[in-house]
Amino acid sequence: MTDIVERPQGVASRGAALGVHATEEAQKRLKRRYASEWRFRAYGLTAILISITALAVLLWSIVGQGYTAFTATTMSLTVTVDPALADPGGKRAQDDLRTGDFQGIARAGLRSVFPDVKERSDLRALYTILSNGASDAIRDRVLDNPALIGQQITVRIPVASDYDMYAKGFAAKTPKGGESRLSPKQIAWFETLKADGKIHSSFNIWFLTSGDSRQPELAGVGGAIIGSLLTLAITLAIAFPLGVMAAVYLEEFAPKNRWTDLIEVNINNLAAVPSIVFGLLGLAVFLNVFGLPRSAPVVGGVVLALMSLPIIIIASRASLRAVPPSIRQAALGLGASRVQVVTHHVLPLAMPGILTGTILSMAHALGETAPLLMIGMVAFIVDIPSGATQAATVLPVQIYLWADSPERGFVEKTSAAIMVLLAFLLAMNAIAIFLRKKFERKW
Amino acid sequence: MLATDTQTAAAPHAAHGKRVKMKATEVEVYYSEKRALNKINLDVREHEVTALIGPSGCGKSTFLRTMNRMNDVIDGCRMAGKILLDQQDIYDPNIDVVQLRARVGMVFQKPNPFPKSIYDNVAYGPRIHGLVRSREETDAVVQKSLERAGLWKEVKDRLHEGGTSLSGGQQQRLCIARAIAVDPEVILMDEPCSALDPIATAKIEELIDELRTNYTIVIVTHSMQQAARVSQRTAFFHLGDLVEVGDTAQIFTNPNDERTQGYITGRFG
Repeated sequence: MTDIVERPQGVASRGAALGVHATEEAQKRLKRRYASEWRFRAYGLTAILISITALAVLLWSIVGQGYTAFTATTMSLTVTVDPALADPGGKRAQDDLRTGDFQGIARAGLRSVFPDVKERSDLRALYTILSNGASDAIRDRVLDNPALIGQQITVRIPVASDYDMYAKGFAAKTPKGGESRLSPKQIAWFETLKADGKIHSSFNIWFLTSGDSRQPELAGVGGAIIGSLLTLAITLAIAFPLGVMAAVYLEEFAPKNRWTDLIEVNINNLAAVPSIVFGLLGLAVFLNVFGLPRSAPVVGGVVLALMSLPIIIIASRASLRAVPPSIRQAALGLGASRVQVVTHHVLPLAMPGILTGTILSMAHALGETAPLLMIGMVAFIVDIPSGATQAATVLPVQIYLWADSPERGFVEKTSAAIMVLLAFLLAMNAIAIFLRKKFERKW
Repeated sequence: MLATDTQTAAAPHAAHGKRVKMKATEVEVYYSEKRALNKINLDVREHEVTALIGPSGCGKSTFLRTMNRMNDVIDGCRMAGKILLDQQDIYDPNIDVVQLRARVGMVFQKPNPFPKSIYDNVAYGPRIHGLVRSREETDAVVQKSLERAGLWKEVKDRLHEGGTSLSGGQQQRLCIARAIAVDPEVILMDEPCSALDPIATAKIEELIDELRTNYTIVIVTHSMQQAARVSQRTAFFHLGDLVEVGDTAQIFTNPNDERTQGYITGRFG
């Protein structure tokens, strides 16, 4: 009896339930839902487009300004190595040759190209085309082969930066009012040389191999690259083992109590400490207390290691935690000791993540400037460092130094150095991605 | 329905007077301040399958893990009482836990092969315990263990493929092979079939019955049919108490305790 009464009600309510999703109201609700979903996706897409545009503008301005630094304007100059200038003593000793007046030889060579130029002021203007590299190039040739003295030789020498800029089209060819770096006469001489086929444009290997210089045409990032590599090598050698061991201990062995909580909080705080503070620490402790050499990669490396350490610890702990506990249990259940569990199973499985974190922190350290300024790596250093205790500079600091220089020639050098730095960062990130893909495991 | 199952499985091995392999006396386990087990007394007899049954959270897995000290690694886990393995207290400070776990192996709920090759999975235990010296010995142990686990025929041509590439049931048998490769005396199984389909489950159950001739087995299971099919003795846990223990046939047909009766008939749990 009750059944019969209840049944129609059940049917009715089921019909109503169907109706809720079939009415016009429901259609509107659905429409609103899709519209809000579409808007949400549009916001995301806009965000991505804005970031891509920003990145493109950045790259465009850097590459647009910097690519010309990878070509150098050089000049073929035929000179007679006058014994009176090269080796006035006549003993042909290497030390005597080093002090020879090779600039005079280069100037004489240049005079012979322009025999009409006689006036002192014109000659002085003419000589500006010679870079300091000219006398060095001739000296090197003669030092290699003293028999060249008294003979006529042709050398390829870099032209001075103003002419280099002019050749690359950065200086207006016909100056309109104001003061131009080059006078019409100088431009005319340069054009003559060009017409004679004596001016060349070639790949600027000098830029990648030489150290810093006051002359933009002679300045290179070679010293900064070596300085960066030495610094990073020390950073890696200190931060990687310390970071991984600290992470392994905290994650796998340490009891969870107030002390380990305190340590964890402090590690997270250290990761957020501004990098210049680490630089001050380096200055106060490593330079002033321990008396380590100023401007040296060894100090820079230690300071950057302290800075990278918390990042490596955090990344390593995250990737150790990502190893499923079932693997640890399986090994423990077989009678592996805790150290065996870690070394045989957990660490190898966590290694790709640890390496990725480490490489990213190294990339971070490679781009770090502020702490290195504090320990004197901002000095003007011409020599390429041959050891970690010698004075050196690093790529980002080199960029900072050049960006501060007033010469037009350093503008392209600055952008080109940024390109070199970006290339290193990209390479490191690519290695990180490669490692992650290669050793990625599925459980 | 249960009665027929239990009779066939339990009857031939129900004979008493079998040697006690492991003996738990007054075992209590605390997680921090919470008591998980109350004074458990249980004998595990040699060459028998002892099933631990009970509703979720009743402490049966906790008890299983005290038997090879896997609870040691859990922070805040404390244990009281005694567990003897061949008359020797396994919580004695002189006992080496690494040695103990070689003697009392474990198979887990979810198949957990190492992400290494099948061969290396099985060879790992013998290697760390120094049971094998040469490549030939290792090969022999791997083959023997896989044969005992009934997996040899299926994997003999792909020993160097990853252990995780196997199906769930095969993975679990690989884990059993890995456990018996170190030649344990007791094998603890923590719901070994709960992640498997019925066919794979049937294979594992068959395997457990075969393994009984060489090993002593303790199995935690949620499936009463499984307990009835594979075990000779059954212990029923409830809220941290060992309510009743006895021959499987007796527990399932004629339990002494009301709670046991309620659980096996499906009234709660």
